[in-house]
Amino acid sequence: MVEMVKGAEGLRSVPALLARNVREFGDSPAYREKEFGIWQSWTWKETAEEIEALALGLLNLGVNPGDHIAIIGRNRPSLYWSMVAAEMCGAVPVPLYQDAVAEEMEYVLGHCGARFVIAADQEQVDKVIEIQDDLHQFEHMIYVDPRGMRKYDHTTLHDFSHVQAQGRAAYDEYIKELEKRRGALGYDDTCVMLYTSGTTGKPKGVVLSNRNIIEAAKSSAEFDDLRRSDEVLAYLPMAWVGDFIFSIGQAMWKGFCVNCPESADTLLTDLREIAPSYYFAPPRIFETQLTQIMIRMEDAGPTKQKIFKHFMEHARKVGPAILDGKPVGMMDRLKYSLGEFMVYGPLKNAMGFSKVRVGYTAGEAIGPEIFDFYRSLGINLKQLYGQTEASVFITVQPDGEVRSDTVGVPAPGVEIRIADNGEVFYRSPGTFVEYYKNPESTADTKDPEGWVATGDAGFFEETSGHLRIIDRAKDVGQMASGAMFAPKYVENKLKFFPNILEAVVFGAGQDRCVAFINIDLTAVGNWAERNNIAYASYQELAQHPQVLETIQGHIEEVNTSVAEDVMLSGCQIHRFLVLHKELDADDGEMTRTRKVKRKVIGEKFDDLLAALYDGSDSVYTETEVTYEDGRKGAIKATLSLRDAKVVPVAAKVAAE
Amino acid sequence: MKDTEGYVTADGRQIGGTLMELKNITLKFGGVTAISDISFDIHEGEIRAIIGPNGAGKSSMLNIISGFYTPTIGELWYKGAKRPAMKPFEVARMGVARTFQNIALFEGMTVLDNVMTGRLTHMHAGIGAQALWYGKARNEEIENREKVEEVIDFLEIQNIRKTPVGRLPYGLKKRVELARALAAEPSILLLDEPMAGMNVEEKEDMSRFILDVNDEFGTTICLIEHDMGVVMDLSDRVVVMDYGKKIGDGPPEEVRSNQDVIDAYLGVAH
Repeated sequence: MVEMVKGAEGLRSVPALLARNVREFGDSPAYREKEFGIWQSWTWKETAEEIEALALGLLNLGVNPGDHIAIIGRNRPSLYWSMVAAEMCGAVPVPLYQDAVAEEMEYVLGHCGARFVIAADQEQVDKVIEIQDDLHQFEHMIYVDPRGMRKYDHTTLHDFSHVQAQGRAAYDEYIKELEKRRGALGYDDTCVMLYTSGTTGKPKGVVLSNRNIIEAAKSSAEFDDLRRSDEVLAYLPMAWVGDFIFSIGQAMWKGFCVNCPESADTLLTDLREIAPSYYFAPPRIFETQLTQIMIRMEDAGPTKQKIFKHFMEHARKVGPAILDGKPVGMMDRLKYSLGEFMVYGPLKNAMGFSKVRVGYTAGEAIGPEIFDFYRSLGINLKQLYGQTEASVFITVQPDGEVRSDTVGVPAPGVEIRIADNGEVFYRSPGTFVEYYKNPESTADTKDPEGWVATGDAGFFEETSGHLRIIDRAKDVGQMASGAMFAPKYVENKLKFFPNILEAVVFGAGQDRCVAFINIDLTAVGNWAERNNIAYASYQELAQHPQVLETIQGHIEEVNTSVAEDVMLSGCQIHRFLVLHKELDADDGEMTRTRKVKRKVIGEKFDDLLAALYDGSDSVYTETEVTYEDGRKGAIKATLSLRDAKVVPVAAKVAAE
Repeated sequence: MKDTEGYVTADGRQIGGTLMELKNITLKFGGVTAISDISFDIHEGEIRAIIGPNGAGKSSMLNIISGFYTPTIGELWYKGAKRPAMKPFEVARMGVARTFQNIALFEGMTVLDNVMTGRLTHMHAGIGAQALWYGKARNEEIENREKVEEVIDFLEIQNIRKTPVGRLPYGLKKRVELARALAAEPSILLLDEPMAGMNVEEKEDMSRFILDVNDEFGTTICLIEHDMGVVMDLSDRVVVMDYGKKIGDGPPEEVRSNQDVIDAYLGVAH
């Protein structure tokens, strides 16, 4: 027998962390969920009891070591417990995106060969029932919320609380077996399997071991000085690696409390009630909140608006410097304190950010204005760069060195090297074990020495040692002239304008770049309301000449900024159009994490793309759309195409 | 009493015995006869629809059941006993709750407070104790709030719990009204045109909730509705009225093929 690896502080698995938490601070809160208008909470002791009952119930249902248990639903304590209970039984938890449609689920459930599914409610149960005939290994389903399922056939369908009750009843029968399995969990055994959202091709199952999760949680918790007294709000998809690290990895390692919102609609109220001290959100959430605040401020009285504008300007000037601990004059500090009392404090309170010590944004680049807005209020918002394969952390921004255009320095324990073509490689204790049942992809991504290709192109800034990511390595292409083509770089610059929701830039192999734009209905709609512009539909608003004019202005501004970068000045946008529909994951145009699929969009709208290159002024198009209930329809529209001014590149080179 | 046995519906649900029976009901306003000699019954656990063209007397019928009108002639039997003439609040205490065709909520109050008013029949503490929030009043309010929160959760209106009703769109107000009626934990729930003025999506949601209420709480439901698709899908048995008379009664398929009903809806050449 090979000797068991010791693990971190002798703890080799998530269930072992749970046992330690019960031993050391069993009476402090572990999970909270708002139910029936009240925050219900569970201590670590109670949590362990619930998890154990479920694990015993799972054994009673016949879960074997190595089985895969799919978990589908919104963030709820019971589903987090399910993941730990699954591991306790020696099985592998596989959380799935709850908004995935049945066919997407079918692939993942079939690929991992899940014998068991734990689903949150009727909606998820129905999806699985729809596809179960094609899933050969699927046997039992457990649901948490029994509503509406009284009449279902219950031969292989079980109520979560009944499974727990049966587990409790069969305690004597199964506890020995459970203890045996729990004790056998090793540091290199699988802790969780997460499917990547798959910008290209089918999703891949990323196998993460206990070592990956615990080491990543440990070093990142130290880096940001996370404490047992911290509070987090768990609302990001459970299938996303970030949520697993924060709500299970770090929460179990540090023993802080995970709060689950009442429903997706009450998120902002719940955020305010909990006031988390450690907060994580994709840029989109911050953008939405900022847009809402700005819209509401525009409806406020003139005096309030004046006060708000005055102090926000001051905050922009000195706020970030105060947060970074840089020297700031006495008067400015005094004025900032007054602003804190009058504006910033109440504003942070309204957003639920009063207690945030550490806030992270990741997943996409965040607009510098948005980033600076939150930092100027005194919210310690930082960026990190990571991926599922790394158990999140690749680079992070240390306190005091936070900037909007870089992603920070290598996270503790992570080595990074940049290949000749600019691709970023890393190696760390959090590096994934393998892609499940996919040795070719594993070999393509991870070399025998453990270096993993991120697929992103980037470079280290010489002055600061921070990493800057330009684009996906495979998206960085060449234009006909041989100039570098980095669409994401330009798209991100465009998306920083509140009026632009999405942008897709094309130009690989061409002599010029063109762009599709999606307007942000909230921002543009509000603008239209204030300017008495009537519109009947999204389509009509999108094609309004004044809207096109505004967007053109934004694009020209971006062109000027892109032209300043010698390497990328070829990526200026020559022509553009505003799309007649919002890009949507249901139509396959985006991933579930809302990243645009450039190739799919290019093929789907090839008529529009051709029109942009052939110089015509307008184009008629018909597009098929899928509604949320799966029905299909068509949108017809005539779109106008516009030229944007570009900064001549040659002149700039000559000037230098 | 006839037929107290109950029956089994087309989709296999067991329906209980007679909960309410209306015998030979006639309602006159001066010289106008709104309802003439109508009899039908409502079984425990069923969804019973009353349909008919405009002015057929449907709402009057509902008002008789809820105690707002007293029939000129005829008897109303409820839970095996003849119900004497009563005030609406007394009827409400006996477990009959209703929603209105034109929403009747307190616009300035929050959703939560509106739904709490549905618990009125379950509050017994004196006004002094309630004002001071002391003793029995306090325990009672906590109990009632728990019940109300269950209803809020059930109808998925958590996110508007603290929103004043006046600020809500029409479809949500209808749902709040349903919540208030449900909060009373009624034996019979009367719905007066629950889908009127709604779009397809709102109708689908409302239908789902009505079925869920019936399924989860076993509440007997009597509804008036104009949307035939909805009525045919939801209800177990349908009463059809025209000019104050009953012209059809039975399961939806049977009523649909009844010649009198077709004539009433499509019109006949006179």
